[in-house]
Amino acid sequence: MSERLLEKLSILADAAKYDVSCSSSGSNRKNENKGLGDSKGMGICHAYTEDGRCVSLLKILLTNHCIFDCAYCVSRKSNDIKRAAFTVQEVVDLTINFYRRNYIEGLFLSSGIFSNPDYTMERLVLIAKKLRTEHNFHGYIHLKSIPGASDELMHQAGLYADRLSVNIEMPTKESLAVLAPDKKREDMIRPMQYLKTAIEENRDDQKTIKKVPRFAPAGQSTQMVIGASPENDLQILWIADQFYKKMKLKRVYYSGYVPISTDNRLPAVGTPVPMIRENRLYQADWLMRFYDFKAEEIVTPEEPLLDMEIDPKLNWALRNMNQFPLDINKADYHMIVRVPGIGIQSAKKIVSARKFSTLRWDHLKKIGVSLNKTKYFITCKLDENRKQFDPLQIRQMLLAEAASKYKANFSPQIKLF
Amino acid sequence: MTVLVYDGSLGGLLTAIFDIYEYKLSDASVRKAEETSYSLFGQTRTIHTDEEKAQRVWKKLEDKLSRPALGQFYKTYLSELPGIEDPLIRYVRYVLSAKGSVENDYSHPDVLTVQQTSRKVHREKHRMEAFVRFQLTKDRLYYSIIQPDFNVLPLIRKHFTDRYADQKWLIYDSRRKYGLFYNLEVVEEVEMEFAINTADPSQVAHLLDEKEELWQKLWQQYFTSVNIPARKNMKLHIKHMPKRYWKFLPEKQPVKDNRIDPPAAA
Repeated sequence: MSERLLEKLSILADAAKYDVSCSSSGSNRKNENKGLGDSKGMGICHAYTEDGRCVSLLKILLTNHCIFDCAYCVSRKSNDIKRAAFTVQEVVDLTINFYRRNYIEGLFLSSGIFSNPDYTMERLVLIAKKLRTEHNFHGYIHLKSIPGASDELMHQAGLYADRLSVNIEMPTKESLAVLAPDKKREDMIRPMQYLKTAIEENRDDQKTIKKVPRFAPAGQSTQMVIGASPENDLQILWIADQFYKKMKLKRVYYSGYVPISTDNRLPAVGTPVPMIRENRLYQADWLMRFYDFKAEEIVTPEEPLLDMEIDPKLNWALRNMNQFPLDINKADYHMIVRVPGIGIQSAKKIVSARKFSTLRWDHLKKIGVSLNKTKYFITCKLDENRKQFDPLQIRQMLLAEAASKYKANFSPQIKLF
Repeated sequence: MTVLVYDGSLGGLLTAIFDIYEYKLSDASVRKAEETSYSLFGQTRTIHTDEEKAQRVWKKLEDKLSRPALGQFYKTYLSELPGIEDPLIRYVRYVLSAKGSVENDYSHPDVLTVQQTSRKVHREKHRMEAFVRFQLTKDRLYYSIIQPDFNVLPLIRKHFTDRYADQKWLIYDSRRKYGLFYNLEVVEEVEMEFAINTADPSQVAHLLDEKEELWQKLWQQYFTSVNIPARKNMKLHIKHMPKRYWKFLPEKQPVKDNRIDPPAAA
């Protein structure tokens, strides 16, 4: 019995791991009636795998049996791998027992598609419902919604889950048609649209009516695979921007394609995972969400690729040297966060500290600003004999200082077609 | 210079601050009793914790500081770093002498020290919320041994109380020799002696619930299976999970048997 469970877990965790989302934040579910669990705070990473990724949730597939044949997916129908399926009770027991030992923040449940989308989605919803109603469980639940599932099931899922996500899989319709011929873009957009409306209505109701049941309190997210198809960063960031604006997504995840297939539509096995590109995309995503950058400031039709050698904020600054140097004692907060080497925390401290005294370099250093980058873009007190450099010089000096850990992966973006 | 020696408690530290003002000890330094055996110069003076004096100082700080800043003062105290009392006292002097609020004056070295030390303590609190691992005993107690860098039990109390309301649990700091125990009603601070060496699995095994080993094995299996070998990055792994915490984490223990390695990429 336990041997079989170990084997299932190895298969169904392995199959789920390519979905990179592991966030457990953003919910407001409190422990009630002396139950188990609480997800009101920020997310917690309880462990980190040897690849350095956060383990916050028990992330598994209910089954890796699948009727679809998406080229980039390990669980595709035509792949000759071991198949397994958990029972509903097994998933419930694993979640509860891991949670009680403080291994996890909750459950992230997805599934291969067996029979049909509704049949599969029904099982996922049943597990979430059992956890909430039979076990008084208030930990975090993230359900993946199965493309093509009915609105009624999506509604039920929202009542028990904290977060729902529909994976867009490929950045464009065209790539999807090539690599996942069974899936239709509309089947992904429609449930996303449904969730967007349902979440907005729920938040409005909560403002006016007492005791409205929660509906997906941590919102919805999506993921796309990067580097399996030929889209450039301009296209990817533009799509992400649309999702944030039009679908009100909490997060867009970018999953660097891990070569797992000999299919000639895809990069060959052994091709390095585009980790540096993935990292740059997340940096760009952060700039859009927290630093008030517009997508078109980060990549442009003339330069549609993110620079692999330097981060997008530094790149933007070098292209806009006319805006620098900034006087750190006078500039607006929204410009200070745009200075390479200054993060949100440091920017807030600077704005707060300069009310008390005029800031010097040593103040900035103590506050935690990385001066090696910042010094090219700011001035502060006692700073008369400042040298002028042009963008290319700055770029080269900074690159000479930092030997990137990703150097081996600096291959340009792949060209497939 | 006068060295004020206190017992290491918050009340003691606050009493010392009270006395500094009361007796106008302008160049006084404050040290924990255990750190002052080597003091050779100047006079020492023993502080006897006085709850009333402590309360008065605390009240004064509450008036002058915002809640987050008061929290920073408390967390910095919990760091227990040798000599941390001196910046704390200069911080209090600066805060009390200023007309307006100066808690965000990061150009002031002591404000910055308090802010930065409290960040470190806060990070350790967060790590403990992440790295506590409970084991279930035969009498249905979920227990965990920890050795945090700083004294964070008071800070994690609420988190675990909110979360584990329907199971008995014990979190024991084996470095500071005390723990938190929840008996399904309230959380209490406890001091205890262990009859066995809790770091030795063979001495612990017979106390554990019969299924405990299975759940640990399943967790180890899960931890192995979610890793993507093609993305291996041990530097990042160790940065997030420093080695000093590994001995308390079942997923970082050598695998006894039958863990299934992830299949090679096909």
